[in-house]
Formats: sequence, structure tokens, C-alpha cells
Amino acid sequence: MKAFTDLYTAIDQTTKTTAKTKALAAYFDTAPDTDKLWTIALFSSRRPKRTITTTKLRVWAAERAGIPLWLFEESYPIVGDLAETIALTLPPNSRTHNASLTAWIETLRALDHADEDTRKATVLDAWDQMGAAERLVFNKLLTGGFRVGISRKLMTRALAQATGQDEAALAHRLMGDWTPETTTYHALIEAQDAAASLSRPYPFCLAYGLEQAPEALGEPSEWRAEWKWDGIRGQLILRGGEHFVWSRGEDLMTDRFPELARARDFLPDGTVIDGEIVAWDGAAPLPFNDLQKRIGRKTVPKKLLKDAPVILLAYDLLEEDGEDLRARPFADRRARLDTLLGTLPGTAPVHSSPLIPFKTWGNLAESRARARDNRAEGLMIKSAAGPYHAGRKKGDWWKWKLDPLTIDAVMIYAQQGHGRRANLFTDFTFAVRHGNDLVPFTKAYSGLTDAEFRQITAWVRKNTLQRFGPVRQVRPEHVFEIAFEGIHASPRHKSGVALRFPRMKRWRHDKPLDEANTLDDLNAILAQYG
Amino acid sequence: MVLEFKPQGIYCPAGDFFIDPWHPVDRALITHGHADHAREGHNRYLATDIAAPVMRHRLGDITLDTVAYGEVREIGGARVSLHPAGHIPGSAQVRVEVGGEVWVVSGDYKTTPDRLCTPFEPVRCHSFITECTFGLPVFTWPSEADTAAEINAWWTANAAAGTYSLLGAYSLGKAQRLLSLLDPAVAPILTHGAVEATNAILRGQGIALPDTIHVTPELDPRAHPGALILAPPGALAGNWARRFRPASTGFASGWMRLRGVRRRRALDRGFVMSDHADWSGLNEAIKDTGAENIYPTHGYTDIFARWLNEEGYNAKPVPTEFTGETFEEDGA
Repeated sequence: MKAFTDLYTAIDQTTKTTAKTKALAAYFDTAPDTDKLWTIALFSSRRPKRTITTTKLRVWAAERAGIPLWLFEESYPIVGDLAETIALTLPPNSRTHNASLTAWIETLRALDHADEDTRKATVLDAWDQMGAAERLVFNKLLTGGFRVGISRKLMTRALAQATGQDEAALAHRLMGDWTPETTTYHALIEAQDAAASLSRPYPFCLAYGLEQAPEALGEPSEWRAEWKWDGIRGQLILRGGEHFVWSRGEDLMTDRFPELARARDFLPDGTVIDGEIVAWDGAAPLPFNDLQKRIGRKTVPKKLLKDAPVILLAYDLLEEDGEDLRARPFADRRARLDTLLGTLPGTAPVHSSPLIPFKTWGNLAESRARARDNRAEGLMIKSAAGPYHAGRKKGDWWKWKLDPLTIDAVMIYAQQGHGRRANLFTDFTFAVRHGNDLVPFTKAYSGLTDAEFRQITAWVRKNTLQRFGPVRQVRPEHVFEIAFEGIHASPRHKSGVALRFPRMKRWRHDKPLDEANTLDDLNAILAQYG
Repeated sequence: MVLEFKPQGIYCPAGDFFIDPWHPVDRALITHGHADHAREGHNRYLATDIAAPVMRHRLGDITLDTVAYGEVREIGGARVSLHPAGHIPGSAQVRVEVGGEVWVVSGDYKTTPDRLCTPFEPVRCHSFITECTFGLPVFTWPSEADTAAEINAWWTANAAAGTYSLLGAYSLGKAQRLLSLLDPAVAPILTHGAVEATNAILRGQGIALPDTIHVTPELDPRAHPGALILAPPGALAGNWARRFRPASTGFASGWMRLRGVRRRRALDRGFVMSDHADWSGLNEAIKDTGAENIYPTHGYTDIFARWLNEEGYNAKPVPTEFTGETFEEDGA
């Protein structure tokens, strides 16, 4: 595991993308195939199954370090990362080892069926053979989550450099539900018949936010527009008489949305469609909140199927009759999609997401203003001539979202962040006024600059009224403008509402507490937009 | 009480003086010259003779009386002496004895020796007011030699690649400690004005430091390929540092023990080197005082006090503005 730890450390020690790619490519050049396969897996969110709970790890680490558990728990939020807290707390190792990354992962996997004494002995024994850097890596294997500033894209690029393969082709090979247990490095990366996997999705084409007026895009006739739906991006694959539904995060969601199985009755084999899964009331999408109830459920109770049935709003055709269409212009793909879906009855679980006609950018701006009425969060603008890119590429796909809704709220609780933001207060709870009370209604974590986070952190430390574990109640004094994308009624929240994508838009230094918005204001927004 | 906690800072009623007060007072005992301890506006100052030149440089024309380590002063009804704290040259712990009862204020301290400071000395007392900037078990320091080797290896590799090494360090204390550990054979060492000013003062006191080249507007960076540039952390991100390209950036501090802090600063390298005691250093220092009453200040005071209470001490976190929990402060 030494080489992998060195790689991890090298990546961690630089902020430069080129240096990270170089370190990764060098690793892929020299590591054994089994380690390479696991490295690819780890950097594409395929971590080994967790065999030990983090609760146990905390207890064992504190015990080994000879400190009370509460002291370990107090240290954790300050470090901001559990794997790191354990690595830093343990006493120095007494031995060393030469085992590979794969060997350690095998050791951990073998613990799945072991009793607790064996698990504990194995972990303590491992810790005792590793220096601080290696322990951190090992603990990351135990706790999952390998976020080290290596995007999947960067990993794929390094792998392309090391193997001499085309980056986009590699990105496609890496898609799907493979794990190091079900494949080999050779089968995944090198074998000619890489299309063997029927279920393998294409890498999703991703859009950038439009930051300027659309006039900058040039001639309107060279562009197409659609609603930007607030659902779950999904890829529907019909191959070999089966169907598969993938999320953008490469979760196989086929069983979660059984409605889409009927697509096989309407569409031919060898079809792959990109679209948005939305809860559907028969004519229009239901709010995201309705869909949310179905996320994370492996099986769906009958009532939910009835209350929040889903359809796929299709906006792109990636494969037709088994042929990969991605290199063709969007206008062509879109025409084929409309032909394919045009004759389907309204009861089919796949509908075409309509193109929005426009002659001028001014026309389109008018449509955008009506997005909320259409249950959309804005527009997508796509180049008529553009191919279907693998991943995020600037230039052909733009999202032109609505301006967010906003409300001025009072900060009442603060909590420290994690990772890069450890030791800064970055997680806040906000309230609206209601008579003499303050009613909490949302949390927000993002939107301030680092300098503002430092400033509010210093203030929180001096103005803490009460502590509840890691949460501090602070003097209600500061007003923030909270921006959000949607609002809906929620009996689970004390305020009766839940917000979509809340974040801090501005710190309203100019607003005193009594000018913050009220619960009535919030309810008025709910009545209008909920 | 021999010492009390007042809004202006730690106060001795018997001697009518304050220790490291943060608001102007008549008589102030100063543990060391860092800005959060040696503030402006007091009528009379008392510090060690070694700390005096830097304080005069930073605070200007002040009324400053000095003592040697261990020298006893009677101030009112209090017997006062200053003892080595090992934090930076001239830094002191303050021992205050009134009617046979002894209190010690640690100031900032580290228990492991370096090449510049008079080494930390434990002072027996009944009550110990101790800093605890790094009072958590996650803060344990590697040996100075290991970190020095790491920094020199980084510098050597940069120099070989034709890259400058920009090393951030507080201009008083940490910068000179690093200078004493750098290998001058690698390439020239350049310094920011704030660092060089402190260097000049310490050299004037007879403290040996390797040769350094002051970065002036006229200096041509190309004349010093592979140089290591020592500058205050704030200067690394600004225009000042831009003349040295390409550069790898590093910072030496106890906070570099935490990846989150390293990443937030967007540094290439973080080197763990602190002028404060680590977890075991704090615990040993407290034990060696023999004190029963411990008052943790400056740091994770609540957590550290709870730990000490469970260890059998009578510990109370110091209330008031002392609740620094200050982060990345001067000299950390």
C-alpha cells in the first residue's frame, strides 16, 4: 500500500491539476493490475463495502490512544474528518509492513463475516503497522469516501495518458455497475470486447450555467431550448430484452422506478434515452418534494406508486437500433427522438420533453419568465450542431436558470464545517420572525466567501449563548439573504416549509434584526410558489 | 487570590500589575513580543532583557524595565520573577508569589528545545494559568529534525527543478527558528522586510543566523535561482510574492497538522512545526508544575479543562475575552 499512499500524499500536497494528473499517470504506469483496478474503483466512488461501523472505529481508536471517548468525539469536529482524526490520535506504530493495497482491501473484505473480536484485532493490528499517512489512507478505506481533489475526469485523463487510450472511450468503459470483485483490469480497460456489458450507460453530457445574456451565444437559429426540469437526471437503456435506469451518479435505479419497465412495451430494443425522471400528475411534473419521497427507497410501496408515479421526460436519443448516435448533431438526435416517441400514447412512461420554439433571444427570455408556471426551474439551451459530449464541456449545453427566490433570515445556530472547512463555522440554521419568537426554517452552508466565513467564525466564538454538542446557539443579530430554488409545505419542519437548494446569497450587514422577514412572509412565498 | 481575571487581563492585586493585558493599564508584565501579548498603550512595561529589543522595535518609545530569567522583583506585596518559556527568544513564564502562595502564568510555551530559545523550565506552583492552543490529542508534533529534513528536501527538489520555494512563517520567532534549521548549501535564502527587520534585531543581540538577502524592489529574482524566500504568511498570496515564479508554496505551523487547514490555505506543502507545546507537552508541563489548580486559556479551553478535571486536577477554563480559540494566530 506504500505506492498508493505516496500517490495519495502527492495528490494531497499539490493544488495543481497537472501535477495531480502526472502523479496519477506515473502510478498507473507502475502499479500492479489489481491495485490499478482498485485505484480506478476508489476514484470513481466504488469503495469497498464497509465492514466495520464508524462507531466501533471511534471506540477502538480512543481506547488505543488511551483517551476517553468524549475527548475523541470533541476532537473530531475540529479535525473535520473521521479517518484523519483516528490517524492523528493513535500512538506511533511499532512495526511496518509490505502488503499491497489489494491485500489490505482483501483483509478488510474478509472481516465481513468475522466476529467482533477478530475485526477489532485486525484493525488494531493494521494501525500498529502503519505510519500516519498510511493510516489515513487505510482509515479512508474503512470509512469510505475517497474525496481527495481527484475528480473522476482527472483520473480518467491520467489513465488515458498511461494507457494511450482515448479519454472519452475510457470514460465510457468506466461507466456502469462493475466492481473490482466482478471484473479485472484487463477486462475493464484493455479487452477488445468492452461492450460486453449490456447495462453500461454512456457518460452523461453536462451543462454549464449561463453567466451572461444569451445574445452572446450568437444566432438564435443555431440553438434549441427546452425546459430545465427539477427531477432526477436518468438514462434509460433498452438492450437485450432488458431495461436499465441509471442516475447521473451511476446508481442503477431500475427497481426504484418500476413504472419505466413498461417502456419495453413501447420502444424497440437497442434504444438509449437521456432524460429527466419526474413525478407526474398526468399533465405536468409534480414538485420535486413528491419525487424526493421515492429517492433512497429500493422498493416502492403501492401508495407512493399511486401518489407519485414517475415518467421519463426524454430530451436526447443516444442510441438507436444499437447504434451510438452521440457524434451526430443534437438537431438530428432530437428529430429521431421525436419520431420515435411521436406515435406513443399518453399512457406510455416516456414522454418527449418539448422543444420551446423561439425566433429571438427576447422570445426565449419571455418563456424563461414562465418557467415556474410550467414546473420548471429555467431553460436548457443546446447547440443544434453539437455532439453529445462525455461529461462537462463548455460551449454546447447551457442551463439558464431562473433567478432564485430570496428571504431575509436571522442566524440562530452555527456548527463547524468538515474537511477543507473544518474549524470554521460554516453550517448555519436560520429563522424568520414570528411575533417575539424566531422560528427556524432552513439550514444553509454555502454562498459566503472564505473571508466572510472567517469573520462570522470569530463572531460566533464571542457570541455563543449555549452549546448543544457541536451546535452553538448564537445571539440573534445577523441577517442573511437566503436564496433558494423552490419551496413546499413540509409537516416535518417546525416552520411548516422546506426549501430547495437554500444558500446564503448575501450577508445583510445593513439590516437590523427587526427588518428580517416574518413567518407570514415565508407563508406568502409558499402560497405563491409552493 | 494571587491573580484575578479582569476585563483588561490577568491582574495581581498585591502588586497592582497586569500580565499581557489587552487594554491599556499602568503596569504591564509582558511574557513575549508577539502582538497579542505585547500591546500598545501601557504606562510601564516589564519583560526579559532578551525580549526587550524586539518589543522596543514593535512598540516604539515605551517605558520598559527588564530582568534576567530568574531575577526576583518585589512589586508591592508580590515577589515576581520571569522564567524561560521556550516559545521564542526572550519569552517567559511569570511566577508570582504572595504570602507563600505561588501562581505561574505560562504565556505561550513549548517544552522541546530549539536552537535559539533558552529551554523551557518547569516552575513549581500552586496554581498554573496555562495556554492550551493545541490542547487536543490530535496535536502531536514530529521531531524538529524530521520536519527540518522535510523542508530541506522540499527546497532541494524545488531548486533542482528551477522553482522558487516560498515559505510562510511568522516574522518573529518561527522565521528565525526556520533559518536556524535551513541548509544554506542548497541555494540563497531571501527574506521579506518584516522578517529581515526581526533578523537584524536578533543578530544584534548576538543570536547567530545564516546569511540572508533582503528582498528589495531592486532585487532581481533571476539572480537567485532556486532561492528559498521566507515571508510572513500574508505576503505569500499577494503581489509581493508574484515576482518569484514558478514557485512552490509552503507554510510551517502547528495548524498544518490538519489537512483541512492546509487545503483551505491552498498551499502546496504544510510543515508541522509549532512554537507551542503539543498535547503531551502540555500534559507534562502541567504535571511538572505540581499545581493543583489549573486555568487553561488560549485554545480549546473547555475541552482541555474537562480532561484535566478527569485527570484529577482542579481545572477551570479562564472566562472572558481569553476564550481565544484563535486560529492561525501569531506564532502558532
